[in-house]
Amino acid sequence: MYIIIIGGGRVGYYLAKALLGEGHEVLIVEKNARFCELITEEMGSVCYNGDGCEAAVLADIGTNRADMFVAVTGEDEDNLVACQVAKFKFKVPCTVARVRNPQNEALFRKLGIDVPVSATTIILEAIAKEVPTHPLTHLMTVTDRGLEVVDVKIPPAAPTIGKEIRSLYLPHETKLVLIIPKEDKPVLPTGDTILHAGDQIIALIPREQEDELRATLTGV
Amino acid sequence: MKAVLMGCGRVGAQLADMLDAEGHEVTVLDIDALSFKRLSSTFGGTALIGNGIDQEALKRAGIERADVFVAVTQGDNRNIMAAQIAKHIFNVPRVICRIYDPLRQEIYEMLGIEALSPTTVFAQLLKDKIGGKG
Repeated sequence: MYIIIIGGGRVGYYLAKALLGEGHEVLIVEKNARFCELITEEMGSVCYNGDGCEAAVLADIGTNRADMFVAVTGEDEDNLVACQVAKFKFKVPCTVARVRNPQNEALFRKLGIDVPVSATTIILEAIAKEVPTHPLTHLMTVTDRGLEVVDVKIPPAAPTIGKEIRSLYLPHETKLVLIIPKEDKPVLPTGDTILHAGDQIIALIPREQEDELRATLTGV
Repeated sequence: MKAVLMGCGRVGAQLADMLDAEGHEVTVLDIDALSFKRLSSTFGGTALIGNGIDQEALKRAGIERADVFVAVTQGDNRNIMAAQIAKHIFNVPRVICRIYDPLRQEIYEMLGIEALSPTTVFAQLLKDKIGGKG
């Protein structure tokens, strides 16, 4: 694959190194001439000195034949614009943008970026998984359908304990996929299944119904 | 009419003064408090410290009630991003953004952002003044 990386800072540098190691064709675009020299000294001619948001630069480096375009500068606005130019002018099939402000993850998705990545969000999710009382964690995103696979834990004081699933007012499009009780064997939930404290529920839901599902199941 | 301007440089400040003098409700955002010195002493609108690519700052500036949003900071990409937030998140009826780079301006015009390139406008103006028309 031909992969273009915008930004030759630490993220771009290590990313390029890893992707080169996997045998991909990689080109870094970096504004700072000195950074460019350092990268070239170490990895060979894989760095182009220029502004990755400029259409002329992107034309010059053959962006129209790139399979993937990854913008990892330190500025959200630069990553957004570089990816949008790559996507809408040069028709790159997959664009990845680093976001510093986690709020921009949703915004970038709305503005056409295929994969916005927020380090803050990733760290928060890692923390959530390590904290046993955290009621809802993300397991997987089905990006093109706007769906999330989540894991909800029923806390000890939840109002749903002892109730049948059919009696709960779950958000409209929720699919409860699996229930893993604290001690018993996992079960496929039906309307008769009764919830217990400590149950772990795996559910498939539209992203925007996450808060509602958590509130309904855990009361938190 | 309520206008939110992002960037209180020479252009932003002058535009803010002009709109304010005409009796419009104006809020101007800038990340640098010193930039507000450019506003005239009679400016009756609101000057707010904040970054226009931050949705919270835009809300504080009253973007949800705005009829028009104008992005005129020094950074093309900042202007582009803020304009898209105003248009696609807050549904501001009229969004105008300054993009110095004519190529980027063309691309975003195609994507439905009303964009002006001072580079193109000024070059054309100079050419007309010189009188090079065939």
